[in-house]
Amino acid sequence: MSDLLYSEIENDLRASVREVLDDKAPWTSVLAGTEKDEPYDAALWQAVAAQLGCAGLPVPEDLGGAGATWRETAVVMEELGRYAAPVPFLSASVIATAALMAAGERDLLAGLASGERIAVLAVPFSTAPGDAVAAARVEDGAVTGVVTSVADGMAADVFLVPAGDGLYAVDAAGVRRTAVTSLDMTRRLADVAFSGAPARRVGEGDGAVRAALLTGAAMLASEQLGLAERCLDDTVAYVKTRYQFGRPVGSYQGLKHRLADLWTSITQARAVARHAASRVAAGDAGDAGDAGTAIAVAVAQAHCSAVALKAAEECVQMHGGIGFTWEHPAHLYLKRAKADSLALGTPGHHRAALAALVDLPPA
Amino acid sequence: MSTAPPDADELERRVGEFLAAHDPSATEPLEFLRARFDAGLAWVHYPEGLGGLGAPRALQPAVDRRFAKAGAPGNHPERNGIGLGMAAPTILAFGTEEQKRRFLRPLWTGEELWCQLFSEPGAGSDLAALATRAVRDGDAWTVNGQKVWTSMAHEARWAILVTRTDPDVPKHRGMTYFVCDMTAPGVEVRPLRQITGEAEFNEVFLTDVRIPDEHRLGEVGQGWRVSTTTLMNERVAIGGAAAPRESGMIGVVAALWRDRPELRTPGLHDSVLRAWVQTEAARLTGERLRQQLTAGQPGPEGSGAKLAFAELNQRVSGLELELLGEEGLRYDDWTMRRPTEVDFTRRSPGYRYLRAKGNSIEGGTSEILRNIIAERVLGLPGEIRVDKDVAWKDLPK
Repeated sequence: MSDLLYSEIENDLRASVREVLDDKAPWTSVLAGTEKDEPYDAALWQAVAAQLGCAGLPVPEDLGGAGATWRETAVVMEELGRYAAPVPFLSASVIATAALMAAGERDLLAGLASGERIAVLAVPFSTAPGDAVAAARVEDGAVTGVVTSVADGMAADVFLVPAGDGLYAVDAAGVRRTAVTSLDMTRRLADVAFSGAPARRVGEGDGAVRAALLTGAAMLASEQLGLAERCLDDTVAYVKTRYQFGRPVGSYQGLKHRLADLWTSITQARAVARHAASRVAAGDAGDAGDAGTAIAVAVAQAHCSAVALKAAEECVQMHGGIGFTWEHPAHLYLKRAKADSLALGTPGHHRAALAALVDLPPA
Repeated sequence: MSTAPPDADELERRVGEFLAAHDPSATEPLEFLRARFDAGLAWVHYPEGLGGLGAPRALQPAVDRRFAKAGAPGNHPERNGIGLGMAAPTILAFGTEEQKRRFLRPLWTGEELWCQLFSEPGAGSDLAALATRAVRDGDAWTVNGQKVWTSMAHEARWAILVTRTDPDVPKHRGMTYFVCDMTAPGVEVRPLRQITGEAEFNEVFLTDVRIPDEHRLGEVGQGWRVSTTTLMNERVAIGGAAAPRESGMIGVVAALWRDRPELRTPGLHDSVLRAWVQTEAARLTGERLRQQLTAGQPGPEGSGAKLAFAELNQRVSGLELELLGEEGLRYDDWTMRRPTEVDFTRRSPGYRYLRAKGNSIEGGTSEILRNIIAERVLGLPGEIRVDKDVAWKDLPK
């Protein structure tokens, strides 16, 4: 059984990341950022990815990384989720990094690990681990095709494009991309068109993409955990101070009991997210043969997606009138939670995957 | 003797030494258990002379595993949950030296089983409202009242009992805690039949029962504080092995799904998968809680575990009936039986469904657990208490 607790190192890492986020990503800044044209918060990215060195956590030291594991990365994801931080960490430091590690690529990986470069896997953000991808074709070392709804597509300076049987690196300068008005404005999408874009083959495609999406789905569960914790914390704080009928609204069982249920679900989300992170950290994501990791990730996604969404919905509802306004951060969390639940496979998709993994065949 | 408590290696050594001196296959079980208690290897975190060695509690699972591996006789904790889980820690915390020496050894060996005389018809969630009266009479007390939901009362030798000794003060202040001899005159145990048809629990009528003052646990009027210790220890699980995947109710349903393709429908498929995911999440949460306790970092997560378990057991057992369709209309047997063990997955689908309804009531209702989580973990305001400063005798009943 995997270690489901947090180590001292992980707790220290969490404190460092939180300090930076408290300083650079208060919700007022995140909210203001949604009205700007910049696709992500470059200063925050610089602080988290480069200065704190979070971008290269799972990358071996000889490849320019910190030589830690996906467990530590998961702790960073929890904190980023807690702030709905507008940085391309999941896209670049998790998914693209996992793809390059699985493909055995070295040069680009070093740039990613240092936070200097932002690579993004060119697949729709809704793609689940194991889904067929390759919407592009490759001819004479050039890639052609259109990929829609790519997370952080506007932030990328390199795209990793699954085409044919391989994975190709394409410089963003040579592609046409269109910003998408996204449900989650803290993680924006782009439609990306490649028309004969010069490409470098970095490795075999299917295995790398599957490993990348499986790792991404595991890490997303930790982001959802952090987001859910934030929603619960903010809501609990609010219902203690909001008075109606001469009492704090948090003294009514109509709210207390729902918050107790939410807290209970979050304790479960913590266990399943830690389990998934530990399995992926043990190095099993690359092997399609390891059912235990696939099960752990599917369980984490099916559960944490629902918990984060419930937490955000309760956050809006229990804040009442103010929770429905643009000036309050609840909508940032709701949009992130709903988008996250559609990302990398819906809960229904992950349950269907489980059906095959644990031998519970459909009707 | 004031040496440092033994560490894991030292315990390992002592267990080995003990097993060498007491061959499990050649020693009479009770004799073996008594000797194990006397060697301090029963519950190693208890004090020396009381079945322990003052060792860290986290070292117990390794000791248990070692004994189990050697084929040592067990003390049947499934029959004495109240004794081991609730009476023992309370006696340890509040008992006199004489009480500890008298009660703990036969309790641990299973020679004497225990039950709990707490709940009453008029005091369920609001335990402190209880009305069973104990009146002082020289060096003894005379007890009159009715207790309910008492499992094992028909087999127990002793009971932990909370009574009202002062009706003139607010409810929490006028209570006193005793050990009650279940064979004493005036103790009448009647089976209490449940919705399943069987009688797992009892009601216990106490009529002029004499309890010697030396069987009082804690001071007169301190009963609520003593009870709180008992309740805090209710099902504090530590150690043991992690439950395997698909254990419990979901295992029954998953096997049914695999074995009976003709029962499958698309809607039920998603229900089964949802239940499977939730069960796995609950299992991993239990495992995480176990790891926290073993690492000496107890968290409040345990209070959510029972809440989640009750809801899940009810949902999954209901799903089993739905899957079965026509067969779900049948029941195995309404005869009033007296089961000696509690296992929520036994008997039949109909029984499992009905028995699960008790899970959100026994050991604290789900509503009370939600209040506890909301108030003690989340720090939300408490319920408005209209009975706080009112003498117990003046409360509306």
